[in-house]
Amino acid sequence: MIPASFDYVRPESLEEACRVLGEAADSGDDVKVLAGGQSLLPLLRLRLAYPSTLVDLGRLPGLRGVEDRGDHVFVGALTTHDEVLRSAVIRERAPLLALATATVADPAVRHRGTLGGSLAHADPAGDLPAVALALGCVLVARSGDGEREIPAADFFVDYLETALGPGEVLTGVKVPVLGAGWGFHYEKFHRSAQAWAIVGVAAAVRRSDGVVEEARIGLTNMGPAPVRARAVEEALRGVEVTSPGPGLGPGPGSGPGSGGGPGGAADPVAEACARADEDTSPPADLHARPDYRRHLARVLTRRAIRSAIG
Amino acid sequence: MTEQLDAGMVAGRIAESDQLGTPSAGHEVGRARRRKEDARLVTGRTTWTDNIQLPGMTYVAFLRSPMAHARITRVDTSAARGLSGVVAAYSGRDLAGEQGSLPCAWPVSEDVLIPDHPPMAVDEVRYAGEAVACVVAVDRYRAADALEAIEIDYEPLEAVLDMTEALTEGSPKVHEGASAGNRAFTWRFSGGDVEEAFRDAPVVIERAYVQQRLIPTAMEPRAVVATTDGDSFTLYSSTQIPHVLRVMLALTTGIPEHRLRVIAPDVGGGFGSKLQVTAEEVLALLLTRRLGRPVKWTESRSEGNLTAHHGRDQLQRIRLAADRDGRVRGVQVNLLADMGAYLMLITPGVPLLGAFMYNGIYKMDAYDFTCTGVFTTKVPTDAYRGAGRPEATFAIERAMDELAHELGMDPVELRRRNWITHEEFPYTTVCGLTYDSGNYEAATERALALLGYDRLRAEQADRRDRRDPVQLGIGVSTFTEMCGLAPSRVLGSLSYGAGGWEHASVRMLPTGKVEVVTGSSPHGQGHETAWSQIVADALGVPFEDVSVLHGDTAVSHKGMDTYGSRSLVVGGVAVLAACEKVKDRARLLAAHMLEASADDVEFADGTFTVRGTGVGKTIQELALATFAAHDLPEGFEPALDADATFDPDNFSFPHGTHLCAVEVDTETGAVRIRAYVAVDDVGSVVNPLIVEGQVHGGIAQGVAQALFEEAVHDAEGNLLTATMADYLIPAASDLPVFVTDRTETPSTTNPLGVKGVGEAGTIASTPAVVNAVVDALRPFGVDDVRMPCTPERVWRAVTEGGDR
Repeated sequence: MIPASFDYVRPESLEEACRVLGEAADSGDDVKVLAGGQSLLPLLRLRLAYPSTLVDLGRLPGLRGVEDRGDHVFVGALTTHDEVLRSAVIRERAPLLALATATVADPAVRHRGTLGGSLAHADPAGDLPAVALALGCVLVARSGDGEREIPAADFFVDYLETALGPGEVLTGVKVPVLGAGWGFHYEKFHRSAQAWAIVGVAAAVRRSDGVVEEARIGLTNMGPAPVRARAVEEALRGVEVTSPGPGLGPGPGSGPGSGGGPGGAADPVAEACARADEDTSPPADLHARPDYRRHLARVLTRRAIRSAIG
Repeated sequence: MTEQLDAGMVAGRIAESDQLGTPSAGHEVGRARRRKEDARLVTGRTTWTDNIQLPGMTYVAFLRSPMAHARITRVDTSAARGLSGVVAAYSGRDLAGEQGSLPCAWPVSEDVLIPDHPPMAVDEVRYAGEAVACVVAVDRYRAADALEAIEIDYEPLEAVLDMTEALTEGSPKVHEGASAGNRAFTWRFSGGDVEEAFRDAPVVIERAYVQQRLIPTAMEPRAVVATTDGDSFTLYSSTQIPHVLRVMLALTTGIPEHRLRVIAPDVGGGFGSKLQVTAEEVLALLLTRRLGRPVKWTESRSEGNLTAHHGRDQLQRIRLAADRDGRVRGVQVNLLADMGAYLMLITPGVPLLGAFMYNGIYKMDAYDFTCTGVFTTKVPTDAYRGAGRPEATFAIERAMDELAHELGMDPVELRRRNWITHEEFPYTTVCGLTYDSGNYEAATERALALLGYDRLRAEQADRRDRRDPVQLGIGVSTFTEMCGLAPSRVLGSLSYGAGGWEHASVRMLPTGKVEVVTGSSPHGQGHETAWSQIVADALGVPFEDVSVLHGDTAVSHKGMDTYGSRSLVVGGVAVLAACEKVKDRARLLAAHMLEASADDVEFADGTFTVRGTGVGKTIQELALATFAAHDLPEGFEPALDADATFDPDNFSFPHGTHLCAVEVDTETGAVRIRAYVAVDDVGSVVNPLIVEGQVHGGIAQGVAQALFEEAVHDAEGNLLTATMADYLIPAASDLPVFVTDRTETPSTTNPLGVKGVGEAGTIASTPAVVNAVVDALRPFGVDDVRMPCTPERVWRAVTEGGDR
């Protein structure tokens, strides 16, 4: 558990960070950006990553904190998960982010890990990328060429891969404030309290007069990158929300596809959510094979939507 | 009447104990004393092996095989040797002439194959993670870096992973020359006429269970420091067994025993994983002998997962014959036990520790047991908390639930019809063990009441009727175990290479304080506290006036160390015996000083008094008198000190009833433990708080096997669960509040009446949990879910009617 040796740079300013990263990119050096170290340090210590240089952003001024900007909340990239959880602004104005962040790892890690780091690392099993996707967050990046804004839908490219270019630093996230009528839930399914999500569902639902007007659903760990459950979102639009009937489990003789939906009469929410795994490509790993993940996505999406509706 | 206890009970007990006021002599045993060692252990203000710093320290790092099975065709360490800060680098071949073979102390049968086990592989590697070369450097960072400069070529060989396939004729062999293929041994045992028991039996239950491979995961990783002054050697190791280790290392390395001191400083847990003579311990000694400098090694967590011995890993077939009224006629057990690549200290003996336990607490006419040890290209297995007895308890308790289901009988009622009643003790079982004491009825009644068994059964029926997506299951485990390892005669009859006694010394210091030297080496159990309580009562001295020395062969010269729930039952009794000898001497001296006959001197609360006079001497006064030695009886040596070695005549047999209620989310497969009740009978209790802690930790570890943990290998034999991100151990938040209580039926096999508690929770809980999961899923036609009962396995069982 000892990393291979590397050079270590700790820029004092954002400009310097961009310059260092830009130069490294030009010279072909393998640089890694260090924020809280939540994901990078294990990779280094297990010698799964061999960067020649670490650029530690930890002391950069101004990348930390939460600001209410009216139509959105701006969260500095170096804001720790713990700070996110303690922020009244996030709790009130962007509650889905708070709900998901509360499920990240354990308290010790939440004191070190950062929102920006989690998004830039783009682990499909991480909880926050799906939230950023569902909410339509905008990620703000800076390089020597200036600042640009990247919608979450364009940010997560592939497994551990983002739209950030070499020499670009993620400086913050604009989290849209969704107004009245919205409900939120993050449904995480994992084997032990500190384990990664096998599947997670980030849901935001807007209702008016008992009818779903809009649903935004991001799925965690259902592919190499977080993915929107578009089919469910569309199927839910206009659906009248009623309380589910008495539970009728998948009793003896019932098939695997029944999914334990509320029994008897058709439940349009459950029907819509049965499409949650469409256009996903869930991975196989120690904890779940793809067919099980697909099933979980359907069940958990239904539960997330029900909880978001309240 | 149903009574429900809650988490506040433990806190209440502690508070009660704190309200007992100033400690008075004679009342320490039975008191929930907070542990005197904990302040230094939990704050880290103590010596862990990795904290040790010696002048000129060097650090060794091991290059480990990335393949499960391969021939080593070339090793070149020259580039590594040339790096800055590197002191030396060696391949296995470089040390082949002196490294010897790691010992197996339990040659279980005449035909057992004990392959050569070089600490560093020389020609062939047989599991992924086996050490093939090492670097010694001035710091651990350079050592780790230099490993990457070692060049090594392998010629891959076929991995041997599946035990059943390993035993087939065409299987590749783990050890090429072995005439018996991959069979390490076959061991048989029987009592009664099994054929007769199964002949025309109205009901036969036959099941196969998988005891998955587990990684013990002690909190403190293994660590070793070896040093020499050129003549004598000292080895510090995070070990459970400093005394056994010293003997074994002397035999392995050729360092004479009297020139070798082994020290186990404070040790942060072991669970059996530190009951071992490891390659790294041997190599650290050899390296310090070669280099003349101290050598340190501390494993990383992933290195430990790869290379510290694993636990369990058995395929169990159990057959049970019964009458229609539920009476069990006989049990037949056939095991395949995965040895891994080599036989380590007690690898082949582990399944045998369960051989006498598959009958559980039940009366039956016949029993038959066969175990075949199988070599595979995986890290060796060896002792893990419970060692053999959890496997046995799991199989019989699972099979009893299956029998109950088959007969349509309540699982508690079925047990009641078969268990040994409390009037029948002492009872000699079908396996020939004499259970000295027990009261299964009392423990079970208490557990049923605490759980609210009838109420939960009603709720279960209701949920089934409603086809609730969340189903309720109730699991029963009525268990016993053989503890207090062990009568030396019995160990000898099982071909074990050592005895089972324990040693203690009690020294009276001039100021009346007491030093206790124990051969039982703690690694978290609380020996210092419990031994102090025993001594305080026996000698009538304050608890605070006793200190306990352990774990250093230069201080504690004799010992058999700590495993098998033996410390209190054997080591604690040895302490008591030494105290009795001290008292005998003190009585003679008191009689002399008081000018009375020894027969007229009474002892109470630390004072020897001439009967009927009120004239007396305290034990502290007597200790000082031996220091001065001015006026002693004729021929009386100026000391009260005494040694004692206790060798039990019989095992002890803790028992208990554990009940578990789970909620199974049939949509996702998630299992949530709704309630867990444990009523244990560990005999007389020295410290209820320590017992409580052992039960809690034990249950957690048994639940971990049932629901969370499994060492998984890929098709090439690489361990996929090498980090804590993949090998899931439950956290506190994954576990329910345990409701615990005790019945106390004193053991008759030792004067303290104690039975041992270190493994009870682990042994009892695994079948309780799995029985509960299966009970919840009965309506789906499920009669087993393989451990660990992960959400995916449970879901597949629900949707496919079982994942056998």
